Amino acid sequence: MAAMQDEIQKLEITDVELIRVGCMGSCYAEPTFEVVRPHQPAVVYGYVDQDSAREIVRIHLAGNRLLEHQRIPKPGIDDRQVRIALRNCGTIDPESLEDYIAVQGYRALGQCLTTKTAEGIIQEVIGSGLRGRGGGGFPTGLKWKTTALARDDQKYIICNADEGDPGAFMDRSILEGDPHSVLEAMAIAGHAVGASQGYVYIRAEYPLAVARLLIAIEQAQQAGLLGKNIMGTGFDFDIDIKYGAGAFVCGEETSLIHSIEGDRGEPSNKPPFPAESGLWGRPSSVNNVETLANITAIILKGPDWFSSIGTEQSKGTKVFALAGKIKRVGLYEVPMGITVREIVYEMGGGIIDDKAFKAAQTGGPSGGCIPAVYLDTPIDYDSLAAIGSMMGSGGMIIMDENDCMVDVAKFYLEFIVEESCGKCTPCRIGNKRLYEMLDKITGGKGSLKDLAKLKELGETIKDTSLCGLGQSSPNPILSTLKYFHQEYVGHVQDKKCQAGRCSALLAYCIDPEKCSGCMVCVKKCPAQCIEGAVKKPHRIIQDKCIKCGSCMAVCKFGAIEKR
Amino acid sequence: MNEVKIEINGVELSAPADLTILQAARLVDVDIPTLCHLDLHNPQVAFKEASCRVCMVEIEGRKNLAPACITTITEGMRVKTSTPRAIRARRTSVELLLSDHPQDCLVCEKNQNCDLQQLAAKLGLRNELKYQGAVSCYEKDCSSNSIQRNPDKCVLCRRCEIMCNDFQTCGVLSAVGRGFETIIKPPFGLPMMETACTFCGQCVAVCPTAALSEMSVVSEVWDAINNPDKFVVVQTAPAVRVALGEEFGMEPGQAVTGKMVALLRKLGFDRVFDTDFAADLTIIEEASEFVHRLQHNGILPILTSCCPAWVKFFEHQFPDLMAIPSSCKSPHEMFGAIAKSYYCEKFGIDPQRLIVVSVMPCLAKKYEAARPELSNKGSRNVDYVITTRELAKMAKEAAIDFKVLEDEVFDNPLGESTGASVIFGATGGVIEATLRTAYEWLTETTLEKVDFEELRGMKGIKSATVKINGMDVRIAVAHGLGNARTLLESIRDGSCRYHAIEIMACPGGCVGGGGQPYHHGDIEVLKARTRAIYNEDRNKTLRKSHENPYVQELYKEFLGKPYQDKAIKFLHTHYTERENI
Repeated sequence: MAAMQDEIQKLEITDVELIRVGCMGSCYAEPTFEVVRPHQPAVVYGYVDQDSAREIVRIHLAGNRLLEHQRIPKPGIDDRQVRIALRNCGTIDPESLEDYIAVQGYRALGQCLTTKTAEGIIQEVIGSGLRGRGGGGFPTGLKWKTTALARDDQKYIICNADEGDPGAFMDRSILEGDPHSVLEAMAIAGHAVGASQGYVYIRAEYPLAVARLLIAIEQAQQAGLLGKNIMGTGFDFDIDIKYGAGAFVCGEETSLIHSIEGDRGEPSNKPPFPAESGLWGRPSSVNNVETLANITAIILKGPDWFSSIGTEQSKGTKVFALAGKIKRVGLYEVPMGITVREIVYEMGGGIIDDKAFKAAQTGGPSGGCIPAVYLDTPIDYDSLAAIGSMMGSGGMIIMDENDCMVDVAKFYLEFIVEESCGKCTPCRIGNKRLYEMLDKITGGKGSLKDLAKLKELGETIKDTSLCGLGQSSPNPILSTLKYFHQEYVGHVQDKKCQAGRCSALLAYCIDPEKCSGCMVCVKKCPAQCIEGAVKKPHRIIQDKCIKCGSCMAVCKFGAIEKR
Repeated sequence: MNEVKIEINGVELSAPADLTILQAARLVDVDIPTLCHLDLHNPQVAFKEASCRVCMVEIEGRKNLAPACITTITEGMRVKTSTPRAIRARRTSVELLLSDHPQDCLVCEKNQNCDLQQLAAKLGLRNELKYQGAVSCYEKDCSSNSIQRNPDKCVLCRRCEIMCNDFQTCGVLSAVGRGFETIIKPPFGLPMMETACTFCGQCVAVCPTAALSEMSVVSEVWDAINNPDKFVVVQTAPAVRVALGEEFGMEPGQAVTGKMVALLRKLGFDRVFDTDFAADLTIIEEASEFVHRLQHNGILPILTSCCPAWVKFFEHQFPDLMAIPSSCKSPHEMFGAIAKSYYCEKFGIDPQRLIVVSVMPCLAKKYEAARPELSNKGSRNVDYVITTRELAKMAKEAAIDFKVLEDEVFDNPLGESTGASVIFGATGGVIEATLRTAYEWLTETTLEKVDFEELRGMKGIKSATVKINGMDVRIAVAHGLGNARTLLESIRDGSCRYHAIEIMACPGGCVGGGGQPYHHGDIEVLKARTRAIYNEDRNKTLRKSHENPYVQELYKEFLGKPYQDKAIKFLHTHYTERENI
């Protein structure tokens, strides 16, 4: 940005304004730069560095010519994204209230306070078909309605910004790129359910999001958009921030509430639901960041517009954090009903090195792995659940032929074992046992009996755990067991890892035909387990080999292979 | 409460809408196994954790299984408790718990008294464990001489945490860490001895396994008994005699005083005395102190100080109110002090040879006995404290058939007691006993109606006003430290004014003590013990402490006047301000 500023001054261009905006979501091409000129389509440049920044100024700003080789698609314009929740991300200055107001900010709140009744707002949200974007998929309007119907003089709106799924960062992006949209939606929710206080429960590991939220709250308070007598309508609503300490389980609403109350972040049984008895025993509506980010658009454009997007049971859009073996890593807001294939191959640009697609893991540690046969399954809450995965908060990790599905399941289980709160038996001990069995299998010590046990225990954990974390924690195992059963059988029966990931099941061997006897691998081997003399074929002593792969990495003759 | 119609295992029934599935099932004799669940019929302690996931049942139309212990019934609900799915679920929960549990049942403290063991047997878990893997391994906490913490045996039922936090408001035990590493422990992992633990033992009383148990001194007591150089006297607290029988399969609420005395003689104690004697002595001292404060504009209210858990509680939590509790030692400590002075002197026994053993319903008494100020020249007033449970263990070790023992009576002079001392074992008893004496002293008339019914019973905080010499003397009673806290806070902020207050740490008073036979959540057991206590009182000829002839003799021969020089030296103590952590 400094280089750009410098170049602008050098060329004495005066009619240019440089604005720092939030993340656009095109992570693969960061840093990005967008040029907006009146009466011309916006142009987005990716992979910008100091030199190209100066070039953009010289060629595009001064010369009004495009740098085609550095252009990337503008999200939502040049691709199939439909940006509702992310509509302002990357287009406005998140630290400017004026910027937000310029894109119709706080207009929805104004309408709600002056022309709409609480019941009317709830009806609109119900009519829109919006469902919770945090993972559960509960209809947002119904949640509000239950909270509204609960009789109490004190109610709360809680924004769940405890985004914890590995690889998911859409909530962070919204809070960093468009914090006011969440605050405005919370105030609308407060008006709808009869709450005068809201809390944003945000993980402390999101310092930039926290900072921007704090700025936004202060701006809104000073502008009379939060606090007492908002817009002179007599409606009071204020928002405080509560910090989470990074426990995954605190994304579960009852745990989150206990955490705000100062208690140990662990869930309690439902019912009662927070909408009936939540924070400090008062009716509370807990809504996820992305859910809230849809609200003002629904109010301004109407529920019919919103429900025209998506599928029968899943309306609107969903933001996915696409990662893994994919060419274009980033955030993609897509209409519900789009297929995995479209996301992977159209938006994501396909698999890195054009390898074969193996699976898409959705829903984070609570989700499952979708195999290639379901590439054309439309993505919505119910279709994903039907194939053993879930929407979750929108993480999507793409795997290729080099990924071992047993190892993937083990990775997620390890996360769950770390993050289980330890309250209920099945989640606390059951997941640990599942992990231990997977460890045994990837270590080459598993048996077919273990596979049966994995399934039985996994199903029981789902059936008996106390909260959503435990009820979904075996999904990565169960879905891979179902769709990649042969791979498991390979591990326990043939003691082979097809993908070559499970080191205990691998053997590094030297092909005597190719080996030139250069001694490089002999010298490099940290376990000193390669025998050999100069110009004679070397040999790996399998018993001693620690399977680190360093011999393979240094061999210039391709004489070492993994089997 | 309106009734709803439900169906359990095909049986239709109508039940109040606030019942849980578990409660409703019991109405139609359907047994649903439980582990973490506990119902103390006390609204202050709601066990709503449902953490063990043993009582899982199927509800028609619900995706997942539901815990019967906290799921309330709703109209039209159809529940199935014994489907293969429900059975598999409860078995799996217990199998998982066993996979992270030491397999040393045969030599475990709780062998044959363990809820987990009984549950495993009930569910038919035999042969090898289905799931195996890492087993938690933590250090035992034996820092105090009251409570032993063995986290390896913890099933995370959270009962102790609820008792310690919600009922006793001490906040010493709580869950720390996550996942498989979750453990119940004191703040900062401190040893129990360095915390604000009062050693009330209510955590032990509700622990389903041996994760929390008493620090036993049974072998030390055997050694003392078997040492010919020692003269070993034993004293028994009032609440022990109404509970001991339960350890031998007798119905709760049977007073087994005579058998207990016979047992103690058989075990080899040289003299069998009664803490009740010392309770009468306590009343003389405490009533004197109360009358003194009343007549000399002293600090009021006076708070009883018989309960060592309560004493430690106010030392930690209310150091600013340290002037109001009575300075009286607890009865068994008074006994010890008198045994090692007066008794030895009178019977020509070398105090160095004398060993005093207390049999108590309490774990805090173990801690109390080791308090440095409760000793004389390095010799403790009381050498060993064993619980009701430990006494029963000694009887079993000695192969004594308790039920067939012939009744015997206590030795004198330290074995005589009045009805006033017996009721020390129940909540309200100490203050009632104090009133019986203080009333007569202040009015110099005979108290005809000695039963102060309004001070009895299981209500958490009770109060009464007694007219003495035309003055309204206001009395309050609290049992449970949470109730004590409420009461003390109202005194601190001046919203309540009383003249005298009795506080006991345990529910129901000493009958519900942490060293009593396990009640397994059956609150009727405590009520039965209480009834037995008041029966004993009613059957006594003497029912006022100052009428105890041996106590009178003790003052005449040794102590002189109550609440004065020698009495203060032997029978009173002081307190220490302690950190609240």
